Amino acid sequence: MTEVLVGSKKGLFVLRGDGPGAFEIAHRAFPGDVVEYAMRDPRTGRYFASVTSGHFGPRLMFADDPTGEWTPAEGLAFPEIAEETLERIWVVTPGEADGQLWAGVAPAALFVSNDGGEHWSFNDALWAERVAGDWRPGAGGLALHSICPWPGEPESLAIGISAAGVWLTDDGGRTWRTGYPGLVPLYMPEDVRDGTNVLCVHNMRRAPKRPERLFLQFHGSVYRSDDAGATWIDIADGLPSGFGFPMAIDPADPESAYVIPLIADLDRVTPDAQLRVYETRDAGGSWSAHAGGLPATDTYLTILRQAFGTAGEGPDMALFFGATSGEVFGSLDAGERWFRAAEHLAPVTSVRLG
Amino acid sequence: MPVILLRAPLRDLVGGNAEVVLEGGTVGEVLRTLERTWPRTTGWVLDERGRVRRHVNVFLNGEQVREDAAVGPDDRLHVLPSISGGFS
Repeated sequence: MTEVLVGSKKGLFVLRGDGPGAFEIAHRAFPGDVVEYAMRDPRTGRYFASVTSGHFGPRLMFADDPTGEWTPAEGLAFPEIAEETLERIWVVTPGEADGQLWAGVAPAALFVSNDGGEHWSFNDALWAERVAGDWRPGAGGLALHSICPWPGEPESLAIGISAAGVWLTDDGGRTWRTGYPGLVPLYMPEDVRDGTNVLCVHNMRRAPKRPERLFLQFHGSVYRSDDAGATWIDIADGLPSGFGFPMAIDPADPESAYVIPLIADLDRVTPDAQLRVYETRDAGGSWSAHAGGLPATDTYLTILRQAFGTAGEGPDMALFFGATSGEVFGSLDAGERWFRAAEHLAPVTSVRLG
Repeated sequence: MPVILLRAPLRDLVGGNAEVVLEGGTVGEVLRTLERTWPRTTGWVLDERGRVRRHVNVFLNGEQVREDAAVGPDDRLHVLPSISGGFS
């Protein structure tokens, strides 16, 4: 059985099924609240849900059973020096040390937990970079949304921020440096592109079998780094558009990446009125479209940043993504064939597999 | 001591009580006492800067107030979600 955690504008949907075909809605949690992100820590089996109430603010909840009782985590709040308040929690990512998890939030800041996600602390050093750099938000706010640990190295991390670029640490977050050469902010005038720190990263993934390799969905193109994020190479040639938000990889294959392009920043729907997932198996040298089982005509969907999840690896890897239409699509063969797992949900904000 | 009147979902965080009696000389102090007494309410009404959240309304004896309003021992505080805060 496959379990799919679907965050939405109206709560968390826990889908279960064997596929292909419609999945059962096993549970709906946090009705009425936005669930920005939900995931299961595969090391412990603990579930996390980032919940934002329109009235009562954001919080991180955890549970051992997503259909049961959820408990609020402690410490995900801005300290007094920050002079701001937490708006939303974009992502929670298991770290490489026992009990370590990272959380990225808006306005852009990083939190760490060393007790399995029950208590969290604020990363002062990154906040100092944010203040010094006068970071600017993208359309979705100033969001730290991508966290890429280095397998086996708990102190090494790459993070992606919209719109403040890629930041790297090798000392557990005590010091940070940025990696941007090669990224081209087409939305800025040509004469200021080289010096700008307004770098709108939409998503970033690390290839675990070759950790110095990262794939990045940018605001207008797709990039690859082979030097741990220090420099970047444009790999969007062959895609119908360089614009998009979601990104996935096959953990078994460091040459692999999946994206779901949208037309452009001014028209954020699927190109050519079709829904297609694009896959590379040569690190962006070429891209192939997967459309089998997906709507082929009259389709104008938007797939958000965190709404593309995977489980497993290789030819049997499961991929699921959700659209703001409330539909969820799945593949159980690494993207070759797709099916509709759910429809008529609320607008989907995140998809991760349990 | 002042009385706080709560509706769902806040009521669910204080053991299902529609009313709780708490100490405090200002609205902010009473709401901090609420958090200490019922930790699951932490962050729901006051943000981390100690301000009443933008889309939460607090009424003191029927008058809308903010966190710095003085509260007397016989006062009644209603804490309600505002009509402006829902997500469509």
